Amino acid sequence: MEEVAVKKTSEIEEKEDPIVVYKDVHKSFGDIEVLKGINLEIKPAEKLALIGPSGSGKTTIIRLLMTLEEPTSGDIIVNGKNLWKMEKNGKLVRANEHHLRNVRGEIGMVFQHFNLFPHMTILENCTVAPIHVKKESKEKARERAIEMLERVGLKDKLHNYPSQLSGGQKQRVAMARALVMQPKIMLFDEVTSALDPELVGEVLEVIRDIANTGKTAMVLVTHEMDFAKDVADRVLFLDKGVIAEEGTPEEVLQNSKNERLQSFLRRFRG
Amino acid sequence: MKWNWETFFDALPFILPGLGVTVGLTFACYLFALVFGFFWTFLRRIPIRTINWTVTWVMEFIRSTPPLVQLFFIYYAWPMIPGIGVTLSPFTSAILGLGIHFSTYIGEIYRSGIESVEKGQWEAAKALNFSTVDKWRKIILPQAIPPTIPMLGNYLIIMFKEVPLASTIGVAGILLMANTYGARNWAYLEPLTIVGIIFLLLSYPSAILINKLEKRMNRRFDKEMAFVKEEVKNA
Repeated sequence: MEEVAVKKTSEIEEKEDPIVVYKDVHKSFGDIEVLKGINLEIKPAEKLALIGPSGSGKTTIIRLLMTLEEPTSGDIIVNGKNLWKMEKNGKLVRANEHHLRNVRGEIGMVFQHFNLFPHMTILENCTVAPIHVKKESKEKARERAIEMLERVGLKDKLHNYPSQLSGGQKQRVAMARALVMQPKIMLFDEVTSALDPELVGEVLEVIRDIANTGKTAMVLVTHEMDFAKDVADRVLFLDKGVIAEEGTPEEVLQNSKNERLQSFLRRFRG
Repeated sequence: MKWNWETFFDALPFILPGLGVTVGLTFACYLFALVFGFFWTFLRRIPIRTINWTVTWVMEFIRSTPPLVQLFFIYYAWPMIPGIGVTLSPFTSAILGLGIHFSTYIGEIYRSGIESVEKGQWEAAKALNFSTVDKWRKIILPQAIPPTIPMLGNYLIIMFKEVPLASTIGVAGILLMANTYGARNWAYLEPLTIVGIIFLLLSYPSAILINKLEKRMNRRFDKEMAFVKEEVKNA
């Protein structure tokens, strides 16, 4: 069992260039350094789980990739392009919005608090970006949105507004909204943390579905350890701004000798 | 001096034609302020400290000076400035003077509306890679503006009541007509009473209307919340 999992990762590593590379990435908020030198490679279609105590910097890692925060130093390379820096007159300078828009298109994100657009119907939530960002025709965008909403089990809610949905339904819409943009990398920021316990299952089910069928790389910041073990190819344990442990789910979640990780995991097992 | 109904009915047809000018000027100023308000709001969002600082102080200056002084400045003083001086008609001066004055308040209302849009909405717009223009057009403004509509409506009434200031530079609204009638016939009581009644008749129902609008918008929000609670209960 363990061997099979290890082989799975190494196979991917050999075959393909990474789609995302973090090179010595630091991030400070004021005086507090939340990321202290992150080095990380994500392969295409790889499913990566980030775990760690709150304040360990795991959410910041993906927020940097989504360009919601700017790194203090270091480089993030997406699909061979430097995300936060661009070339100008032969020199690397801070990226402008135009450059960020070009690179950011590869990335999609699902948020802890859904962030659906409250003034739009469910269908409009899923068509507005394809129409205005990807310049798809209204018919095509509509068709694909309906298809995606059907996949997440919400075809009967097309003309409802977000306020009329439960948390689990909202989160499934948020996933459909991100998926219709066909990102190469999907980021999930504690997407079940704001949900009532009985609604967590339906959301995890959709993520599992995306993981099983898609060629999309996925980075999951999560507290659902069992789920991480199931879905992830690789698990990263973050602690105090550094990657403290890294490996297959079995290596990290079961066989690690790291004491901080052990005590972190004990809290989840209760 | 005694109240004279004859004077009253004599003054009424003399004053009423000025109503079109008063109402027209109100809407013209209001429209100007609504559009120009955006100008302030977006200027202030430019993330360059000197621009932000300058804009804030210019707005503060405009709001802290009486609109009457600004009106006089535009009508009487501006034409005398060599090089950039332009002579404007009283009506245009009034639109510019009152419009700019109130646009600073309207701009603040827009700002409060924009600040009320949750941070998550901006982040979602970014995550979906919207262009700056589409982000404002499709995501931010449709959420920022509706809650401010009652406040914007109140400003329409406030401006309506400030528009008579324009009579001082010769805009022939109802106040100037009443004053003219008074001077000609040495009878101010009746014409000015008429002006008061006209303002009351227009302002009060408008205020009620806006109040209703505000309540209806609040109710719509409450209804949505009730629906959510019910859904959660059923789930």
